[in-house]
Amino acid sequence: MKYMVMMNTMKASEGVPVWPKEDLQAHIAFMMGLNKELHERGELVSAEGLSFPNQAKLVRAGKDGRPITDGVFPESKEFLAGFWIIDVDSPERAYAIAARISAAPGAGGTPLNMPIELRPIMSGPPPEMV
Amino acid sequence: MKYILLMSGTTAGVEAYHAWSKQDIEAHMAVLLGINKDLTASGEFVATQGLADPGEARVVRGEKNGEPVTDGVFPESKEFLLGYWIVDVASTERAYAIAGQISAAPGPGGKPTNMPIEVRQFATYESKSH
Amino acid sequence: MTKPWDATSEQLLRELAPQVLGSVARRFHDFAAAEDAVQEAMVAAFTQWPQEGVPDNPRGWLIQVACRRMTDHVRSEIARREREMAVAAEAETFSPTLEIEPDMDPDDTLILLFMCCHSALTPSSAIALTLRAVGGLTTAEIANAFLVPEATMAQRISRAKQTIKASGVPFRLPSRHERVERLPAVLHVLYLIFSEGYVSSIGSHLQRLDLAREAIRLTRSTKTLLPDNPEVAGLLALMLLTDARRAARTGPDEELIPLDKQDRTLWDHAEISEGVELLTAALSKASVGLYQLQAAIAAVHDEAERVENTDWPQILALYELLKRVAPSPMVTLNHAIAAAMVYGPGEGLELLRALDGDPRIAGHYRLSAVRAHLLEKMGDHEAAIKHYRIAAARTTSMPERNYLTAQAARLADD
Repeated sequence: MKYMVMMNTMKASEGVPVWPKEDLQAHIAFMMGLNKELHERGELVSAEGLSFPNQAKLVRAGKDGRPITDGVFPESKEFLAGFWIIDVDSPERAYAIAARISAAPGAGGTPLNMPIELRPIMSGPPPEMV
Repeated sequence: MKYILLMSGTTAGVEAYHAWSKQDIEAHMAVLLGINKDLTASGEFVATQGLADPGEARVVRGEKNGEPVTDGVFPESKEFLLGYWIVDVASTERAYAIAGQISAAPGPGGKPTNMPIEVRQFATYESKSH
Repeated sequence: MTKPWDATSEQLLRELAPQVLGSVARRFHDFAAAEDAVQEAMVAAFTQWPQEGVPDNPRGWLIQVACRRMTDHVRSEIARREREMAVAAEAETFSPTLEIEPDMDPDDTLILLFMCCHSALTPSSAIALTLRAVGGLTTAEIANAFLVPEATMAQRISRAKQTIKASGVPFRLPSRHERVERLPAVLHVLYLIFSEGYVSSIGSHLQRLDLAREAIRLTRSTKTLLPDNPEVAGLLALMLLTDARRAARTGPDEELIPLDKQDRTLWDHAEISEGVELLTAALSKASVGLYQLQAAIAAVHDEAERVENTDWPQILALYELLKRVAPSPMVTLNHAIAAAMVYGPGEGLELLRALDGDPRIAGHYRLSAVRAHLLEKMGDHEAAIKHYRIAAARTTSMPERNYLTAQAARLADD
């Protein structure tokens, strides 16, 4: 069964983490290790990071067929920072992976306990989309 | 350049959508399907996915005693991801244009829904500087 | 009679592809359909030869299979036309057994190269078509290299061929004058393929083709076909001199290592020698081209055994020349770095100010990254940290983001 696993980042105004170098390295190594493990277990469909929210744009249909783009977002908006698509045998396995991601180390090596969103996805397009 | 185009909504919004007439829903889907076909023909299509009912969603926050800590559904007013498109295009403007088309898909009575579509560029794993 | 499939077989197949395509396209006067037929023959070879062995005459085998596909295609086209128009089909008929060895023209690969890099094509189309028709790669391999679905890549290639068809480009070698005019487009496509090839293996959980190696191979072929052209030699030199540093570019944890911190014992000195040799020969032709200049700069870097030995005044002079020959914001940026190395960081920062007003580069991460680097050299750590973080938040490259964030952290930790 497939899931989308989403990691969000808080405000658009936030930049890159300001942790000490070893903590940055530990975080990166953690994520790389996780991806490698998921890949070896055949559970990783894809893993993508997105560019920073400061480059995000909201697009609406314009009147004359030209889109209207807007870079202003509410303060409270959460932005998608990155996501995984995983293919696992059970919901419990999906929760376990999400929990691992959530516990990635941050400043001082402490687990971040980020809220990780888990959404089941259809293995094919929904019937209406075919 | 790869972009992800995000369509989000609220519980209220989804309920309202389910209350559209059958023709309006079909017309809306037909336009989205048409966009997918065009993107395939133009060689820009990478992926598209509709996400399952948010009732199936979970938010996972770390581990306690080795068990994932899960949270329930989204509060009424909170926005959540309905679906996404991933496209590989030659320019940012092209990504906005596609998002604009999605936003222009018809709603009740054939009027464009004018939904805001968030456009985010993928981070790459390449570095060309040296 | 067959030979066993071994480590060299794949390379052989790839080299044969453009030769086969040339023969078939020349015979049937339909580049687009011939290209599809050859692709099918390639896929058949990749499937059958590992099991059944490599045929004694592999080129003949490929031509035969491709021609069969073509006759099937032509027959069904004729049948379709007959059905649609109820008019007699063309006088030509195609016999099912064709000569195994239609004439092969050594210039066919060159014809294909010019065709696939035609300026009517977008860069991504030209890259995809060149890799398939000239590089002999399968659609699946190319799709994988660019991380898109196979169907998407197939469409891109198909559309590229339609564009070529619509442009009316004939299957023949362009005239000398046309070649001079169109060679820059060819070299540009080859260069783009090369620069796509720099992938750090963070996230490379997918097996990706070595595009840099492909680009070098294709450029070598081009040089064989155009041995006296200094810009082709310059481009090959640039690729070799850059590729030579590959093993030193990433650290044990996949982190980026900039030029001034690389372990130069890991550089490929054979590639550097070859690059320098090519460049010396090219420069002796008394022309100054864009790739030769860039290769010359790379050569100066690569010839310094230790980073302290880098001949920055020579690099600065080369950038000054480059600024005249091919000015661009990136060149100005690199020129500023060289000026800083010769005259001090203050001079470099002064030159960067000119770029702040240039919309092509004003918000670009590299401008912030270079500024941060120079501010650090000036001793203004606070400002350097700030600009490293701005650069990190602006780049779309993960390895660069990690590197820049780490630089800020390094300074902040002190």
